[in-house]
Amino acid sequence: MVSLDRVTVAYGAQTALRDVSVTFAAGAVGLLGPNGAGKSTMLKALLGFIVPASGRMQVLGRDVAVSPLDIRARVGYMPESDAHIPGMNAVSCVAYCGALAGLPRADAMQRAHEVLFYVGLGEARYRHVETFSTGMKQRVKLAQALVHDPDLLFLDEPTNGMDPKGRDEMLELVRDLAHDKGVSLILSSHLLPDVEHTCDRVVVMDKGRVAAQGGVEALKQPHGQLYELRVKTPSGATAFFVDRLRGAGIECHEADQDVMRVFVPGDGGARQLFALAAAAGVQVRHLRPSVPTLEDVFATAVGER
Amino acid sequence: MSPIHNQGYRRYVGERAASGRAWMVIASSGLRSLFGRRVFLGLLLVSWFPFFVRAVQIYAAANVPQASFLAPTPAMFRQFLGQQDVFVFFVAVYAGAGLIANDRRANALPIYLSKPLTRAEYVLGKLVILAALLLGITWLPAIVLLAVQIAFAGNLTFFRENLFLWPAITLFSLVEVLVVSASMLALSSLSNSSRFVGILYAGLLFFTSAVYGVIFATTRNTRFSVLSFQANLERLGDAIFRQPSKYASPWPLSLLILVALVAASTWVLERRIRGVEVVA
Repeated sequence: MVSLDRVTVAYGAQTALRDVSVTFAAGAVGLLGPNGAGKSTMLKALLGFIVPASGRMQVLGRDVAVSPLDIRARVGYMPESDAHIPGMNAVSCVAYCGALAGLPRADAMQRAHEVLFYVGLGEARYRHVETFSTGMKQRVKLAQALVHDPDLLFLDEPTNGMDPKGRDEMLELVRDLAHDKGVSLILSSHLLPDVEHTCDRVVVMDKGRVAAQGGVEALKQPHGQLYELRVKTPSGATAFFVDRLRGAGIECHEADQDVMRVFVPGDGGARQLFALAAAAGVQVRHLRPSVPTLEDVFATAVGER
Repeated sequence: MSPIHNQGYRRYVGERAASGRAWMVIASSGLRSLFGRRVFLGLLLVSWFPFFVRAVQIYAAANVPQASFLAPTPAMFRQFLGQQDVFVFFVAVYAGAGLIANDRRANALPIYLSKPLTRAEYVLGKLVILAALLLGITWLPAIVLLAVQIAFAGNLTFFRENLFLWPAITLFSLVEVLVVSASMLALSSLSNSSRFVGILYAGLLFFTSAVYGVIFATTRNTRFSVLSFQANLERLGDAIFRQPSKYASPWPLSLLILVALVAASTWVLERRIRGVEVVA
């Protein structure tokens, strides 16, 4: 669906994307990363808003540099920040966006009604968008991105500013679009649960680079084993044991109170932990295999752990 | 049993227009929105008041022998378009100041430019809104006035003797509308506040005229009229209508300045109309 080949984007002296090469398959793909990782920049570059300093990009089989209008006719974009067409009610605003995308006026109006019902704004469709709450504005942004029935959606932080209920509903809409309505999408977010709930695949960005990518489930299967570990040392201090674990190539992070989360690479598993504990004269009081989350993948990818 | 309508998401199978027509959507929507405002309709009505006065003048000259001194001349058409300048100002401020500024305030540019339209199409759509309205209070009444003269006189004598008039009306109206629309759009793209844009535009007109006024008061030389936005338009208008001008500045210089103003406006618009704002 989307591919970037050695793409570099810079804002003056600030490089936002560094030699990025990545492919987004059809379906729901999460674009995950902390603020400033380059997620929004990537989406804007794919829409042709930003011309990269180098590299090539393709969307739906077309070169972004050559056919940006053909691409935009088949792509829907939900921007991150608050955005709407001023001076219009919701249905006029969405119908206007449909007409801008090439739909005949009558069709655009019919689609606007349908899409507003779909995103849950059916009853509010004759209200001016300026009077909407943040959550309702997010839904209008989704509606305007959907009105021309795109093959691909770019959703930039779609749950920004939404209350928990609204957030859940938005994520359900996104999930429904991707899994039941056949609309491929790229969901940019710094919220791990959003991506985990809606996407099959994930691309993790950090500092303008792709830090990790793959299927969500596959990425959550580490090449090693994760454990929750609690130990008792003769002196009561565990720092020296943590140092020994790290010295043996085992990742070690403090979790709740005296429980550590340790990642043992390779096939060593619990046997290696027991051996190290015995050598250090430390008692293992608690050892339980832990299920890795996307948060672990994310944190590992961006180097926080 | 009545059918159950699915209000879920459906794929669209209808036709889609080829890209390149979005400017018409922008223009027609903008015009519909303005014509839906009573204040604006009132302003348009007032803008046509000089037309009715001139129509009465032409009627009297054609039908009342004692009023033959009111007979239309090319100078009358030039004066008529000059009188319309005040309405051009008010319509430009009312309808033009918010054209881009309001979109910037609502952050609508990323939405517009994520659709299959170019930045040039966006600007063209906005330009057509203002240009159509301004032509509606300059070119249209002037041309209708020419038709009224023919109708009331019952012959084509005046029209034949002044064949240059309709091209002159058309050319001057187009130049004035283009310069005013381009300047207003450029100013509108510089701010998120339509009020501020209105003040900026008024400042552009009044400040440049004031500068010229001060220089003229001290030097008594009208060649410095090139410093005034309005005086340049007037100087060019006088040349187009083959009328003696009160300004001594050469009209090609006025034309050059107006062309430079449009070029500068285009440059500003090129810089400001973007899907993403980069603060370097």
